[in-house]
Amino acid sequence: MTQLLAFIKKEFYHISRDPRTMLILFGIPIAQLLIFGTVIKSEINDIHIAIYDQSKDETTQQITNKILSSGYFILEENLNNLDEIDAIFKKGKVREVIVFENDFGKKLVKEGTAKMQLIADASDPNTARLAISYTKGIVNDYIVKTNPNLKMPLEIRPEVRMYYNENMKSAYMFVPGTMALILMLISTMMTSISITREKELGTMEVLLVSPLKPVQIIVGKVIPYLFLSIINAFVIILIGRFVFEVPITGSFILLMLETILFILMALCLGILISTVAKNQMVAMFISMIGLMLPTIIISGFIFPIENMPIVLQWFSNIMPARWYIVILRGIMLKGIGITFIWKETLILLGMTFFFIALSIKKFKVRLE
Amino acid sequence: MLIAQIKKMEKIITVKNLVKKFGYFKANDNLTFDVYKGEIFGFLGANGAGKTTTIRILCGLSSPTSGDLKVAGFDIYKETEKIKHNIGYMSQKFSLYEDLTVSENIQLYAGIYGISRKRRKEKEAELLKKLELEDAKNKLIGGLPLGWKQKLAFSVAIFHDPKIVFLDEPTGGVDPITRRKFWDLIYEAANRGITVFVTTHYMDEAEYCNRVSIMDAGKIEALDTPAKLKEIYNAKNMDEVFLKIARK
Repeated sequence: MTQLLAFIKKEFYHISRDPRTMLILFGIPIAQLLIFGTVIKSEINDIHIAIYDQSKDETTQQITNKILSSGYFILEENLNNLDEIDAIFKKGKVREVIVFENDFGKKLVKEGTAKMQLIADASDPNTARLAISYTKGIVNDYIVKTNPNLKMPLEIRPEVRMYYNENMKSAYMFVPGTMALILMLISTMMTSISITREKELGTMEVLLVSPLKPVQIIVGKVIPYLFLSIINAFVIILIGRFVFEVPITGSFILLMLETILFILMALCLGILISTVAKNQMVAMFISMIGLMLPTIIISGFIFPIENMPIVLQWFSNIMPARWYIVILRGIMLKGIGITFIWKETLILLGMTFFFIALSIKKFKVRLE
Repeated sequence: MLIAQIKKMEKIITVKNLVKKFGYFKANDNLTFDVYKGEIFGFLGANGAGKTTTIRILCGLSSPTSGDLKVAGFDIYKETEKIKHNIGYMSQKFSLYEDLTVSENIQLYAGIYGISRKRRKEKEAELLKKLELEDAKNKLIGGLPLGWKQKLAFSVAIFHDPKIVFLDEPTGGVDPITRRKFWDLIYEAANRGITVFVTTHYMDEAEYCNRVSIMDAGKIEALDTPAKLKEIYNAKNMDEVFLKIARK
């Protein structure tokens, strides 16, 4: 036990004396969270539009006002003929053009149907889709409210409710995802680098000649970083809660326990990487490229897993972050307890034990 | 020291038919030798002769392909843990932590070897006084001159009073005066009863050893006292002995 304590103390000296380590540990997570927070957006704001109103009556005027006052759109230009549509899209600023047909208001009252056309610049399909559906929503809403007796072109009018995220805030999506990404990266990178550094410097040999057992070396490496990563997780949750207003509807203790499990898993993965990597550069490369990209792309952080090709779906199963994100979203947004996420928890536990076992085995083999 | 005297002494390392293969390459080809308690045993050879491989096997960092080996009276296959408590090791690379202070490094190794706090403090004070490092106690090792670092690394390697200390080219890159001072420390350790197993390729250092073995291409070509070797090979100094063996 005193052996282990002496070793852990040494690790803390290393960490506290290396400004780069401190920066990676505490600077990067906060920066990453704030950057993701402001860049990734699934809601729209200030989309530039143009309107080609061939009718110019009261109804079209009211619809236009309603659209512009929604806060989502900014009117860039009023168009006067069809040819201008193509030209204005090419300029790039305008993302959507709304066209009202002749006598829009009259037709609506007389025939009960009038045509308007929504044209979007789908070179950015996400924004295009969002802009169109927002516009549709506003127009439908207007027509229903002003003409309660009117039979809508749409026979079924779905009333949409977005459960667990009523306002479709993207922060709800990226805070759990970023948390998983950061903890994964920091934990694996820090342990793998700190072990490979000892290999590079030659101090590892001295440790291995000493009575310290491989398990003690591993535990001694894991504990300091576990401690620091927990602090890190705490900071991320706080930023999520107070800067991006992501609630924690479920049990905070359960959230922290699951987080500790995930961190442990990542730390063990880091040790496994260090047994394979020859030097710090390789360790960093594997942790950064090998983990960051898959975690962002196929763990369900940004892109829905269900939409992926089947092969990538298989791959996403071995991404630890995938399961942790499900757990996080469950606890933070849906407020569910362990009864709903025991399966994911068990998978993380299994992964942790797998990595520990493999690391200890590899650690010994390395001495041959 | 006469051979006859040494023969009577207790064997502390016994190596019988040690073979270490890396694939088809035999790094150690059927080595057999004994090291006696309290002697300074020089393990010589050109780069790549297999010295480091042997020292790593004796320290438990690598396992032999075949052979019977005992270190400090313990079997190298079965009693690794016991061996670890009884040996010290200083590698080719500087093995203290540069971002820790002198005192913190000592604390770490004392901790790892299970030395009590009180005992550590006594020994630490004594050691720093001997090395005249009292003022540098709280300085980071990274800032110390290389000669000091090396002396400190050696002192830390024998801090837990091991029976044997393995030194793998401990004086690489150090000037002759510092090397001489370093050997004073080695003699002191030997006088305290610590067996010293040292690899080197500085032939002047070979003269300081009680016995030397000279390796070439994985085999031990000669093993005796420096005086005897010079006599056998009809050479003025160890340098000549070494060259004669290497050119054979």
